[in-house]
Amino acid sequence: MQQLPSPDQLIARLADRIAPTLGPDLALVGIHTGGVWVMDALLARLGRDLPRGVLDISFYRDDFSRIGLHAQVKPSGIPFDMEGRRVLLVDDVLHTGRTIRAAMNVLFDYGRPASIGLAVLLDRGGREMPICPDFVGAQMELAEHENIALTRGEDGKLGFTLEKRP
Amino acid sequence: MRDNLQLTPDGQLKHLLTLDGLPARILTQILDTASSFVAVGEREVKSVPLLRGKAVFNIFFENSTRTRTTFEIAAKRLSADVVNLNVGASSQSKGETLLDTVANLAAMHADMFVVRHAASGAAHLIARHVAPHIHVVNAGDGRCSHPTQGLLDMFTIRHFKGGFHNLRVAIVGDVLHSRVARSQIHALTTLGCPQVRVIAPKTLLPRDVSNLGVHVYHDLAQGLKDVDVVMMLRLQNERMQGARLPSAGEFYKHWGLTAEKLRHAKPDAIVMHPGPMNRGVEIDSEVADGPQSVILAQVTFGIAVRMAVMSLLAGN
Repeated sequence: MQQLPSPDQLIARLADRIAPTLGPDLALVGIHTGGVWVMDALLARLGRDLPRGVLDISFYRDDFSRIGLHAQVKPSGIPFDMEGRRVLLVDDVLHTGRTIRAAMNVLFDYGRPASIGLAVLLDRGGREMPICPDFVGAQMELAEHENIALTRGEDGKLGFTLEKRP
Repeated sequence: MRDNLQLTPDGQLKHLLTLDGLPARILTQILDTASSFVAVGEREVKSVPLLRGKAVFNIFFENSTRTRTTFEIAAKRLSADVVNLNVGASSQSKGETLLDTVANLAAMHADMFVVRHAASGAAHLIARHVAPHIHVVNAGDGRCSHPTQGLLDMFTIRHFKGGFHNLRVAIVGDVLHSRVARSQIHALTTLGCPQVRVIAPKTLLPRDVSNLGVHVYHDLAQGLKDVDVVMMLRLQNERMQGARLPSAGEFYKHWGLTAEKLRHAKPDAIVMHPGPMNRGVEIDSEVADGPQSVILAQVTFGIAVRMAVMSLLAGN
């Protein structure tokens, strides 16, 4: 059994790496659902009142015609002006890169950001798009049939679960 | 039978023909999805790429500019290719049958039909005969059903009142000829609304009204007492010429919603109307344009609700 990393430790590491790049034009945008948890944990850790947005990418998925709409689509909310903004996208697990491709399309429908960066808690490999994160909590090579997900308990505690598909 | 037609074997929505028989799970899924589309409508770019490359045919055998326009906007905001057909003016006058018209459009690689027809059951008939990959949305058939109107009404109530569980809702006017009243009553009951009232003269109520699980009132002031939501129905002009009603003026006197009558409802009650309104017949301008009116919000929400229906169907 592989040792799974602790999300709290990875968030502390991510926050330390992001802290030197903070500036007045930076905004954080978390991707539903796990990315929003990570973003909020990062904001608490950074102790800064940065503009905060959330994205649901269900309407932009490239596999819609095969699997349909996700069971529960959540509203996206970008409560700041996108024009000229430095955006840091935040997600929990980076895998194929398709979610990030879709998230960038969503961002552009709100306006033209000055730049888009990417912070992920865990990079599990297996990329199918030319996407490379700027900030990574940890890297872990997983097999194609393995699936790792961030979960949140009722007490708000974050954890990873690893599943093997048959 | 009818109900099964609109669901896939694993219980997902395949066609939207009527709200009757739709479980709360699906109604709520549509309303939740519509909430996300309301947020999309407030962005700089108001469209999403969900239905890119899909062809949506609006087939209107009966005129309805507003319903057709909102379906058209909804499909365009989903990036679908939209074709509008006013069939009443073309094929039908040449004697083509309904199913032939539809088969020809399917041969043009349609993915979805939005159908408005004066005959009850027209959308059901089409849904029963189209190829498995084609989805059908009923945009109003005869006296029978107008499910997206019922859904946008539910969305509007949920938006302004936060839910259904503590509400008294009054439906006022021509219930007999309304294609929305039945959908509304069914949806309200399914979503947990504890008290639905129907307020109308006896001549404008269906005979089986007592089977619908509603409280019936024949006096507007009494029926409106302490309600949270007032849903007005449109009085169709042709009904006024029939024997069921004395005159438009007489109807207004007894059943028209005036500011004075509205005072019987709760102070924060909302007033809804499916449009088009007959000002001075079923509703007074002071109420229609007043602070409690949410009639234009209904139109805006109608786009998001139709986007939700089309995107859920296309994915199933």
